[in-house]
Amino acid sequence: MALKKTGSLFRFMLRRDRLRMPLWLIGITFFTLAVPVAFVDLYASQQERDGMAETMANPAMTAMVGPADLDNYTIGVMSAHQMLLLTAVVVGLMSILLVTRHTRADEEDGRLEMIRALPVGRLSNLNATLLVLCATHVVLALITGFGLYALGIDSMGLEGSLLYGTTLGATGIFFAGVTALFAQLFENSRATIGFSIAVLLVAYLVRAVGDVGNETISWFSPLNWVTRTEVYANNHWEPLVLMLGVAVVLGVLANYLNAIRDLEAGFFPARPGRKNASAFLQSPMGLALKLQRTGMIAWAVGLFVMGLSYGSVLGDLEAFFEGNEMMEQMLVAEEGYTLTEQFIPTLMIAMGLLATVPPGMAMLKLYGEEKKNRVEHLLGRAVSRARLMGSYLLIAIANGFVMLSLTGIGLWAAGDAVMEEGLDFGMIYGAALIYYPAVLVIIGLAVLFIGVLPKLGSIIWLYVLYSFIALYFGGLFDFPEWVGQLSPYGYIPELPVDDMAWMPVSMLVIVAIILMIIGFVGYRRRDIEG
Amino acid sequence: MSVLTVNNLTKQFGKFTALDGVNIEVNEGEIYGFIGPNGAGKSTTIRVLLGILKATQGSATIFGQDAWSDAVDIHKHIAYVPGDVNLWPNLTGGEVIDLFVKLRGSNNQSRREELIEKFNLDPTKKCRTYSKGNRQKVALVAAFASDADLYILDEPTSGLDPLMEQVFQQYVLEMKNKGKSVLLSSHILSEVEKLCDRVGIIRQGKMIESGTLGELRHLTRVHMLVETKQPLTDLNELKGVHAIEEKDQAVSFQVDAEALDNVIKHVSQFGIVKLESSPPTLEDLFMRHYEQKDESEVGGAS
Repeated sequence: MALKKTGSLFRFMLRRDRLRMPLWLIGITFFTLAVPVAFVDLYASQQERDGMAETMANPAMTAMVGPADLDNYTIGVMSAHQMLLLTAVVVGLMSILLVTRHTRADEEDGRLEMIRALPVGRLSNLNATLLVLCATHVVLALITGFGLYALGIDSMGLEGSLLYGTTLGATGIFFAGVTALFAQLFENSRATIGFSIAVLLVAYLVRAVGDVGNETISWFSPLNWVTRTEVYANNHWEPLVLMLGVAVVLGVLANYLNAIRDLEAGFFPARPGRKNASAFLQSPMGLALKLQRTGMIAWAVGLFVMGLSYGSVLGDLEAFFEGNEMMEQMLVAEEGYTLTEQFIPTLMIAMGLLATVPPGMAMLKLYGEEKKNRVEHLLGRAVSRARLMGSYLLIAIANGFVMLSLTGIGLWAAGDAVMEEGLDFGMIYGAALIYYPAVLVIIGLAVLFIGVLPKLGSIIWLYVLYSFIALYFGGLFDFPEWVGQLSPYGYIPELPVDDMAWMPVSMLVIVAIILMIIGFVGYRRRDIEG
Repeated sequence: MSVLTVNNLTKQFGKFTALDGVNIEVNEGEIYGFIGPNGAGKSTTIRVLLGILKATQGSATIFGQDAWSDAVDIHKHIAYVPGDVNLWPNLTGGEVIDLFVKLRGSNNQSRREELIEKFNLDPTKKCRTYSKGNRQKVALVAAFASDADLYILDEPTSGLDPLMEQVFQQYVLEMKNKGKSVLLSSHILSEVEKLCDRVGIIRQGKMIESGTLGELRHLTRVHMLVETKQPLTDLNELKGVHAIEEKDQAVSFQVDAEALDNVIKHVSQFGIVKLESSPPTLEDLFMRHYEQKDESEVGGAS
């Protein structure tokens, strides 16, 4: 009785996810299949692959992607080594989001109450969700497995390919179990997603620490079991048995907890929050900061880690580039500079553009608040429009500075550690911060849109994407010069290879200021929406 | 003395005219009821008054200052409760109240506690978990905890239960007794009838009626119930008599105010046994404008 109508709910969920599910599957499959194909082009000879193996043979890379058989670095081993763990993390994330959506989120918003008022079993929703996830992951395992085999690459046999796919599917089922359990424990979907992602991250970190230091520690992490399958090398299936076994236990536990609890209740009731606002919160700026705090910290950590990971490859750069035509073409041959120094602008343009995203989001948040009818609470009190917009602008400006700094510091810290001769901090930090004026232009553009044409604010993301394509790939495809000059990033001197040029940099700052002024004037004049 | 003056206010969104020559005057120490159906322009008027929307034509002044250009100065002396209260899901009610009170200026902690208790609000809960009524309570507590001179309340009780509505009315009257002014937009007519000194009715962006309740009643019909010795005849031939209904021995009908004298003279000829008259309710006032609208629409179609 408790499972009555599970089948109907199963079909209903498939219908609700008829777009979402295929998009996840297509996205994951596409990247899984694209990487080996790219590797065949990039590392055609065993000599090149051994060069890559050498680059990977350092603790930083092991911490990032796990261990592998580096003496037998075929295309298959290489693909599994560099992609399997990270793809498994993405599959885990997919499970977390989908399971929360169909369990605690539906329950919190009261939709499950309506379902449960129908002749539907108490455990039907949970088990329909788990069934949907299992079915999805079986499909994922099959299409990635057979897809990889169908690429027809020598070192990627049928068993290894199926093991690759099954590992992804099993990881997905495992995290579906984890999330199903947390969905019973916590009363809201934010906590469910938060704690499930925390498990995912801790699992990743535990195996990172274990893989570098002590292998026994690694075995406590389900993500370590992913790398222990040794796909395309020794093809171990046993870790997956362990993974699915634990997943079943988690699913049974979730069912038990669901059976003994009330609808919309959890086992960790929400803690009472603050009764009074802190002094910090009681201003437009404090409010804006508090609303964005979690997101900003996540971006800061992310960009710093990205800096670190780029930095960690600098040590073996020379070996890495030797004989790689594509990479050589991307770098402008410049006399008097080491390969590392020539490579830095390429890294920096990518990191500078990524570091533009969080300040851009911080600025556009002002319009997001407007659309949700929340700025009228502030403007309806003794807060002027200039002060409100100024608060968001100051946060965005500071945000951009911090984010760029973190990428530079991360790159320097890791690079300095892995390079024998060390790395000059001033040189790296300068090469990162030189992109700040371009970031200011993007922020200025966001201010302009919010003030004058708020509905079109998202255009700044298209512009950032354009800049990335025009400049990052510009060298590779030999775009004409004007393509890059349509982007503010195209005027930034490529330190340390180029000389410092104050003229274009100060012009960018002036452009940014003009954009901001127009935005402020427009914002003071227009109607507030909502 | 006039605290708030709206003069020939017009607001257009593109080609759509949301407000068409609206006039409002709220005096010191007065509760002004602003009534009209959904979409009539109540919230738009209020948002112009707050300087959130810019008037296309006409003027809106509060405390003698311009609602658009002096918005910040004006807001130091205003408390506002929006009709649809959207709050930040990850802040608690208590945090939001403090933020709102602080952004206006003053902070009165003991009054805040009293209001939270009276409105029966749990300030430690995150706004994400609040119902519509509880979100409105947050805005009401923040408004009444502020020491303002003018309270602008946009359908503030639409999510409150009857008990909380009582508490709300009590605080509105308390503000009035302190000599504060209130602009109360509502479509709960009994509430407006109970609280307001003067009323303005808006329909499709136009003010169609305004004045004290007494004045408005004068413009409309009186309900009458008459029982006479001899059967009452020829009533339908008199001018200004409407909605005649026979009830057992009695007859009920409505009379236009200006026809009252004639009708009583006529009725008295039949020997009055019983006569009841009641003033029109606000609802009658309101509905009358709808009937007129319907009639004019029918007329236009034929």
